[in-house]
Amino acid sequence: MKTTAALLLGAAMALAAVPAFAEDTITIGFTASQTGKLNNDSTSQLRGFELWRDDVNAKGGIKVGDKSYKVKFVSYDDESQNTRVQQLYTRLITQDKAQFLFSPYSSGLVATAAIISEQYGKIMMSIGGAEEKTYKLGNKYLFQTYTGASKYLAGALDVLKKKNPKAKIAFVYEDDPFSKAVAQATRELAKQDGFTVALEESYSSSTTDFGPIINKVISSGADALLGGGHYADGSTLARQLHDQKAKLKWVTLLVAPDSPNFAKLGDAAVGVSVPSQWEPQVTYKPDFGPTPAEFTKEFKAKFNIEPGYHAAGGYGGALILQHAIEKAGSIDPQKVAAELNKTDVTTLFGPCKFSTDPKSHGLQIAHTMVLAQWQMKDGKLVKEVIWPDNAKTSDIMY
Amino acid sequence: MTTSISHDVAKAGTFKPRKGWGEEIALQVRQPFPWLIAIFTLICALAPYVLDDVSLRESLLLAAVYVTLATNLNLMIGYAGYVNFGNIVFFGVGGYIGVYMATAWHVHIVLAALAGGICVSVLAYVFGRGILRLRGAFFALATIGVNEAIQAFVVNFEPWGGATGIYLSMDAYEPLGGPMNALWLCYYLIIAVMGLSLLLSYGIKKSKFGLAIMAIGQNEDAAAVLGVPTPKYKAIVYSISGFLPAVAGALYFFKSGIIEPTSAFDLTTSIEAIVMLMLGGAGTVTGPVIGAFLYEELRGYLLFSETFSHLQLVLAGVLLLLIVLFVPGGLMGFLRQRLPFVRRWLQ
Amino acid sequence: MIGIFASILDGILVGAVYGLAAMGLTLIWGVMNVINLSHGAIIVLGMFVVYFLTELTGISPYLGIPTGMIVGFIAGLIIYWVSVNRVIGRPILMSLLATFALNMIIIGLATAAWTTSPYNVPVALPGISVGNYTFTGTHIMAAIIAVVIAGLLYLFLHFTRPGKAIRAVASNRDAAELNGIPTRQTLSMAFGLGVALACISGALISTLFPFTVLSGEAYQLKSFVVTVLGGLGNPAGALLGGIALGIVEGLATPFTPVSWIPIIEFGLFVATLIAFPRGIFAFTRP
Repeated sequence: MKTTAALLLGAAMALAAVPAFAEDTITIGFTASQTGKLNNDSTSQLRGFELWRDDVNAKGGIKVGDKSYKVKFVSYDDESQNTRVQQLYTRLITQDKAQFLFSPYSSGLVATAAIISEQYGKIMMSIGGAEEKTYKLGNKYLFQTYTGASKYLAGALDVLKKKNPKAKIAFVYEDDPFSKAVAQATRELAKQDGFTVALEESYSSSTTDFGPIINKVISSGADALLGGGHYADGSTLARQLHDQKAKLKWVTLLVAPDSPNFAKLGDAAVGVSVPSQWEPQVTYKPDFGPTPAEFTKEFKAKFNIEPGYHAAGGYGGALILQHAIEKAGSIDPQKVAAELNKTDVTTLFGPCKFSTDPKSHGLQIAHTMVLAQWQMKDGKLVKEVIWPDNAKTSDIMY
Repeated sequence: MTTSISHDVAKAGTFKPRKGWGEEIALQVRQPFPWLIAIFTLICALAPYVLDDVSLRESLLLAAVYVTLATNLNLMIGYAGYVNFGNIVFFGVGGYIGVYMATAWHVHIVLAALAGGICVSVLAYVFGRGILRLRGAFFALATIGVNEAIQAFVVNFEPWGGATGIYLSMDAYEPLGGPMNALWLCYYLIIAVMGLSLLLSYGIKKSKFGLAIMAIGQNEDAAAVLGVPTPKYKAIVYSISGFLPAVAGALYFFKSGIIEPTSAFDLTTSIEAIVMLMLGGAGTVTGPVIGAFLYEELRGYLLFSETFSHLQLVLAGVLLLLIVLFVPGGLMGFLRQRLPFVRRWLQ
Repeated sequence: MIGIFASILDGILVGAVYGLAAMGLTLIWGVMNVINLSHGAIIVLGMFVVYFLTELTGISPYLGIPTGMIVGFIAGLIIYWVSVNRVIGRPILMSLLATFALNMIIIGLATAAWTTSPYNVPVALPGISVGNYTFTGTHIMAAIIAVVIAGLLYLFLHFTRPGKAIRAVASNRDAAELNGIPTRQTLSMAFGLGVALACISGALISTLFPFTVLSGEAYQLKSFVVTVLGGLGNPAGALLGGIALGIVEGLATPFTPVSWIPIIEFGLFVATLIAFPRGIFAFTRP
């Protein structure tokens, strides 16, 4: 009785696994955090993907040899949770027969998903996974479009060097792979540059009460705070820093302030800066695809909101994959991977080149970052690029 | 749970002439149930290979992990009557020890998993002597506390990667013949662990030790009066119930390639194991299997269905509530009550 | 030095709110031996009541608290008659699972309606600054309200007829029934009251911190810790337990990394359970 049940179950599962792709489509699978704490940033990335898909399909699809393939997405909600990501990517590969994968958003989830894509030998474009450790595990099919985590706060340190070379810095960061990697790399750089590290605290991703940490920041006498994590915790931290009147001269937070929603914090947002992979103001000359300005315009028309770097990253990463498939003239993972290895191009998202060293294969080595800051201009909060000098749209507010 | 209180307690208290292990096993081999377990395990192991179906393998693997968790939890809840709410801690700690040994010291995963199991069992025995002094809700709360405390500790424990956890390099699968082979190997091993869990559950149920444990579940004070060394026996069963989940944890997280505190010590999984147990029927050997498979299927269906994906939790909750209110014996309890022949064939 | 005092005072302020959150849990436990695992979900319900009330009507979040209480009380009555009534007196596993099932249902529905994205109730109250340290107005206000509500609960339980009935049922249900107290109604009222308290604490917490549909679990765990410190079944102890926990956290913060606090918290929890199963502040029963 039980055995029959098991067999029936097996049969039922086998039936459920009907392959879901037709001849002339390329299926790209991914998960997005439609719910959960990464929702804000992930949604932005998802919109970037969607805009790309619509653009490509409107132009007839991806050209492989003399055939054109329409792009089809299969995606699920990963609820911002690691545990869900593995199940879903396994399903994307084994049941939905996705030929290529986009990564989920955030380093932690990318690392988790990458294990599955590598186990099954599928190409995964990593978009929104900045932490470098993931790319040093001997992966062969994972390609990173973002600048690595260790370079995130180089700009902020540069600004501090200019404005206050003796600054006492408090590192307060989310305890997740990405933020931790950023903070630890920056801490070493800061020490080399002669700054004092006044405090180092990490907090769990679900933290909502920053009171105790902020008290410690105040006690430490720090002038500058570097850290944060993702949108939910970073915006809360900024708000509570403001509420508790922490007298900091400089605050750089990861990720959160890049979102247009950050402006909702009002006064608490003023002066807060964010390392950014991309801003609408950048002036890259792309080898193919839309220019940053065209992209921004199209994005705003479609979603009625300014694109952040997550959106541009989504579009840019997808373009790189399209480019490689077209150049390879094949959808065979080996051939496309070989093309990706040769990639050395500029898109609206900026330059892109992957490391081919087996020890760090797939790591992004060409893309660069900017530093943006929320400033009050004529009673309105605007996000200006303040670093590097050749890209700046406004002076630093210190 | 199936017989009357006085009957079980009386059986535990009376001394029968002691049978040797060999004799005991010889007796059980003539029973149909252990064979059913063996056949079931074999079918699970071979089905995905014969059908060459990777997604079936993935579903069965998850189901086997659930069966392992629910079956071992059954030893505590179904047999001993102690609600181990934080049972996932075994799985998590076993996983950490196993994955750590396999990555940092390059120990073969089978040995690493066994080591994880042994460590967890020893720890469970020591902790068990303390927290099993608590009864009822106090014990349930304490197990939650232990799980949370250990999670908080691991978050701060740098050798295990803190909150980030441990990532496996693809190289870790090389000694096993590459990732593909490693996945199959882990699958067979987890299925084996599932089979062992079922045999263990059956063996304990049929043993004198099991009778003593069930007597504790019915009426602990009466059992103590009749000569069952309750503190020791409780700690032993707590310790046993930790062994195979820990082994499964090591295999599962090795297969996943990543272990981090929030997924290793997820209280929700803990409670899901209880739900499966209740669904199938606590106190029986077959119940947790049926419960785990049904739950895995239901969850899988709801998660991927367009209409229900957001209501997955709601439906699971309604189901649980209905079981608790109307069918507290679970499916097996219900079947055994209605169909007498089930009682003879399924334990 | 002043940093340590600031840290302790902050701990006390937040601790009072945690105490209030635990009060509902402990009341229900004391009266009917049920650990309400839907407690966290109810706290979240309170948060959303305030959120939508302020969003829709623009009134002060503090005026949302009475509404939260009413919503909570009604929700409590529904939960009681749907699930709890049938499991009272049955093995502890049954009541744990029955209330957990409700937890899943509430969280599931809330997730479907509001997703798991973070929400915020914007409140601004002038704070008090001492040296470099600022105690935000919202924290002070929340602590005051928590203490006032604890006081009101005490008065209700000790000086009103229904309150006395609840205490009578808690101490001996059979004797209470013999004396003509309708026990089922009293139990349902006590449950409603416990849930209302959880709802109020959720309402207060929403003025302090951002929240998601899933925030409840963390506050529920915190409530367990507070409840055990204060003594299961002892509402007065809960406030003390909350404040004690706040002091412990406040004291520990300046000296240890903040990420170590949960180890202290849950270590204390397990140790207290084993050493004093009745709680540290268990002088009185309700």
